[in-house]
Amino acid sequence: MQWETVIGLEVHVQLATQSKIFSGASTAFGAEPNTQACAIDLAMPGTLPVPNEQAFRDAIMFGLAIDADIARTSMFERKNYFYPDLPKAYQTTQLEKPIVGRGHVDIELADGSKKSIRIHHAHLEEDAGKSLHEGSFEIHGHGMTGIDLNRAGTPLIEIVSEPDMRNAEEAVAFARKLHSIVTSLGICDGNMSQGSMRFDVNISVRPKGSDTFGTRTETKNLNSFKFMEDAIALEVERQIDLIEDGGKVIQETRLYNGDTKQARAMRSKEEANDYRYFPCPDLLPIVFEDDYIEQIRQSLPELPDARRDRFIEQYGLSRYDANSLSGDAAVAQFFQTAAAGSDAKLAANWIMGELSARLNAEDRVIQDSPVSADQLAGMIARLKDGTISSKMAKQVFDAMWNGEGDADGIIEARGLKQVSDSGAIEALVDDVIANSPQQVDNYRNADDAKRPKMLGYFVGQIMKASKGQANPQQVNDVLLEKLNALL
Amino acid sequence: MHNKTLAEIIAGLNSGAFSSVEITGHLLNRIRQLDPQYNSFITVTAEAALASAEAADRQRASGNAPLFCGVPIAHKDIFCTNGVRTSCGSKMLDNFVPPYDATVVENFAQAGAVILGKTNMDEFAMGSSNETSYYGPVKNPWDVNCVPGGSSGGSAAALAARLTPGATATDTGGSIRQPAALCGVTGLKPTYGRVSRWGMVAFASSLDQAGPMARSAEDCALMLNAMASFDPRDSTSIDREVPDYTANLNQPLSSLKIGIPKEYFGEGLNPGTEQAVREALTEYEKQGATLVDISLPHSHLAVPAYYVIAPAEASANLSRFDGVRYGYRCEDPKDLRDLYMRTRGEGFGDEVKRRILVGAYCLSAGYYDAYYRKAQQVRHLIKQDFVDAFATVDVIMGPTSPSPAFAFGAKGDDPVAMYLEDVFTIATNLAGLPGMSLPCGFVDNRPVGLQIIGNYFDEGLMLNAAHQFQRATDWHQRAPEGLE
Amino acid sequence: MTIERADIEKLAELARIELNDATITETTRSIADVLALVDQLQAANTEGVTPMAHPTDAVQRLRPDVVTETNQREAFQAIAPAVEEGLYLVPKVID
Repeated sequence: MQWETVIGLEVHVQLATQSKIFSGASTAFGAEPNTQACAIDLAMPGTLPVPNEQAFRDAIMFGLAIDADIARTSMFERKNYFYPDLPKAYQTTQLEKPIVGRGHVDIELADGSKKSIRIHHAHLEEDAGKSLHEGSFEIHGHGMTGIDLNRAGTPLIEIVSEPDMRNAEEAVAFARKLHSIVTSLGICDGNMSQGSMRFDVNISVRPKGSDTFGTRTETKNLNSFKFMEDAIALEVERQIDLIEDGGKVIQETRLYNGDTKQARAMRSKEEANDYRYFPCPDLLPIVFEDDYIEQIRQSLPELPDARRDRFIEQYGLSRYDANSLSGDAAVAQFFQTAAAGSDAKLAANWIMGELSARLNAEDRVIQDSPVSADQLAGMIARLKDGTISSKMAKQVFDAMWNGEGDADGIIEARGLKQVSDSGAIEALVDDVIANSPQQVDNYRNADDAKRPKMLGYFVGQIMKASKGQANPQQVNDVLLEKLNALL
Repeated sequence: MHNKTLAEIIAGLNSGAFSSVEITGHLLNRIRQLDPQYNSFITVTAEAALASAEAADRQRASGNAPLFCGVPIAHKDIFCTNGVRTSCGSKMLDNFVPPYDATVVENFAQAGAVILGKTNMDEFAMGSSNETSYYGPVKNPWDVNCVPGGSSGGSAAALAARLTPGATATDTGGSIRQPAALCGVTGLKPTYGRVSRWGMVAFASSLDQAGPMARSAEDCALMLNAMASFDPRDSTSIDREVPDYTANLNQPLSSLKIGIPKEYFGEGLNPGTEQAVREALTEYEKQGATLVDISLPHSHLAVPAYYVIAPAEASANLSRFDGVRYGYRCEDPKDLRDLYMRTRGEGFGDEVKRRILVGAYCLSAGYYDAYYRKAQQVRHLIKQDFVDAFATVDVIMGPTSPSPAFAFGAKGDDPVAMYLEDVFTIATNLAGLPGMSLPCGFVDNRPVGLQIIGNYFDEGLMLNAAHQFQRATDWHQRAPEGLE
Repeated sequence: MTIERADIEKLAELARIELNDATITETTRSIADVLALVDQLQAANTEGVTPMAHPTDAVQRLRPDVVTETNQREAFQAIAPAVEEGLYLVPKVID
């Protein structure tokens, strides 16, 4: 039987606000446990929430970016369940009137085809704290779990897609596009390893051609695109095997472990939950006038699609290169800075090639690149004006990566200047020809087809004599001219 | 000295007739001697009170005294007090010492008040008799075999016993007005949003409102001047100027139109209570006010709607008491579920558990529309009744409570009978309107309360009406025998 | 609406409240009484009536995005039942 996969995503995006959604505590990542959990975050008796305006502005920006309806009146509900990382034992979230209504996110696939993924809604809510299990902190022996509530109350938007995706590629493209949108808007730092974006994937399978949905499972808290891709493949295979063996998929929440590349059903979610949602009586309806929303619309930064089109237009990049460089806001900014001081196509090649490979190897994001965009631009300028060769450029790049300063200084210090003086190059060529009579004879006696292959020896000798600094193109030209004169 | 009203104490301190240390010391002695009989305090902060009385006397001597400088009052044990246990009448918070103050507590500190201690209350403010307190019931000073009402029974009894001249209180369904009525004191529940809820342990967030209790309307006005404020920390606090509530106390009532809802004088009303209330209304007529018969047609639905909405909100508000960050935690939990189940099973009393379960039921899948949504619709109808009534009258009057104080245990195993105690007070909480109770007579030596319900933010007019009544009568000055 | 012991047990589980066998019958009875009281609502005609969540018509104020709180962990954890290394301790959590 032919199977079709149906995928929908729920994406939690941590907003890059300074303070929490309902309190004035800091949201900075990485502080000592519970030092950023104030009385409100700890659900101390008598404390009350007051919403952060920036969280709403961020959510509205997102809504406008995906062409969604923005609720003129929205409200908060309480979602009740007991868990030690949820201090009030209810999460303040939005159910009936979320701030962002229906919208769509358009994705482009590797084969160049396009698809529009519908967004059901996006709502604001508070994040929970973290449970640290024995082994991940210093307490040993008593088998207890430690609770850190620094993250509790960090603003989130939860983006809920329609089940519009049909394979892992589409799901990952959608996830990447969301990442691109929220980082371009500046409403999220996009740092997946710190949990700034987390994906829950709803997966079901059905016989190809069927128009009813199969039973779905939810794989929770995937925090990398690679994990997402792997987890989807794994779950699709599991479901198909299960059905083909005569079994049935049961609706459940699953956890994927990126280290072992295995998934299992969550135990704590087995009992049926009854969240008893009701309007939060501590918070009033949130009302926005059209003017307010219009002002936000006017101040929206450039979005990924517009930026891609501009890169093609302005820099003459291929669509592929433009897509690669426009997706991540930080990468796009890096590219633009590098291109402004040098050459756009060279900058594009260096960023997508050497820089990206080095960053990946060291698991760094471009914001943490040891080579700045300006430094890269400086190096490319020397490459372009012929001061250095491509080979020298790699050496310069390595030196910059190691913190040795700007390209010019490195070129100077290492004496990496390329020799382009034609007199000097002619002298080098003449010397090598004079010292290689046998090779010259061989060249002369060879047929036309074989001669080009024989040039390598001469070029190698010349470059060696110049200590690698002769301009290779010039060397080639002069050598050919002189050898052919001997025929 | 203990019979003095707040107004008289302020005058006495101003004139130098006595010092804050003298009056504070006198009241602390009295609490020490008498309160074992009444149990109106959970915590007495004698040392801190005397220290702040001394500081207040020095401040007054320096010529810069705020309104309540050196004036002793008590706080209901529902308001968080920095460094002082705040139990909310529950085992769950028996060990809870908050590191912060409620806004109401801050406001009184700012005004210079001296805090005698924290008053007893029904557990988490759930009750109308003070019998649900973990610290034992409060006795009614008029008859120690009778309840003082609740949930602010400690504040009301302490006032009646002349242990404090003023006390803060809270009212979710009648918890200021009903104990004020049963103990023969004056209490005011302001418009929802007038007094900040920050630092006040939540029962039902959309109904809870703090207010003053004292022995006169004038004193309530003085207290409300200090209590009321706009608080940016409370999203439901109203950003509206706080008037001087004493400014209009002496206005004549000749043009006052008083609505008399027929639904408040029907079956179930104690005849003695009805007679006392009718006589009070006659006094108002004597002062030139006009009585207008009105109808609040959805009154009979107030108690049912309330017992959906209040438990629903409470069930979520009280979920935070889980033994993890503060408060009671069961011994040796064997796993996480055990920690929750036993902490909450052991830490909460029966009435609190009952309301949490009722609330969980009304919100649970399949019942939300039939109960919660329906109750909110009825709430709208009840509010509309009042809006319609206030189109033609200035205030509404009737009994606060259907009968005077009842004996301990009289409604012990019948929660519904207890809930009907608040049949006349609950509707104003649902509508968010201000209401007050003032003494207007006795049945068998037990006080009767007259309820005044005002339009939104009309506390000034209600206090004016109450004050004019108290100028012409002396019910509010009566003290239980032996406590004068 | 009739409510039975099993319903109460389910609610107690949802609300994480341990009820003991000695009182559960009494609890069931009294909750049934309360629900009979609130069932009076069913007779009300509420067609077309907007549910009212708040007593006032006010709308929500929003707070500027400013950090106003400082670290008070010591004060907060001084009143906590069980802490170690700045963490609140609970029996092992199983995902």
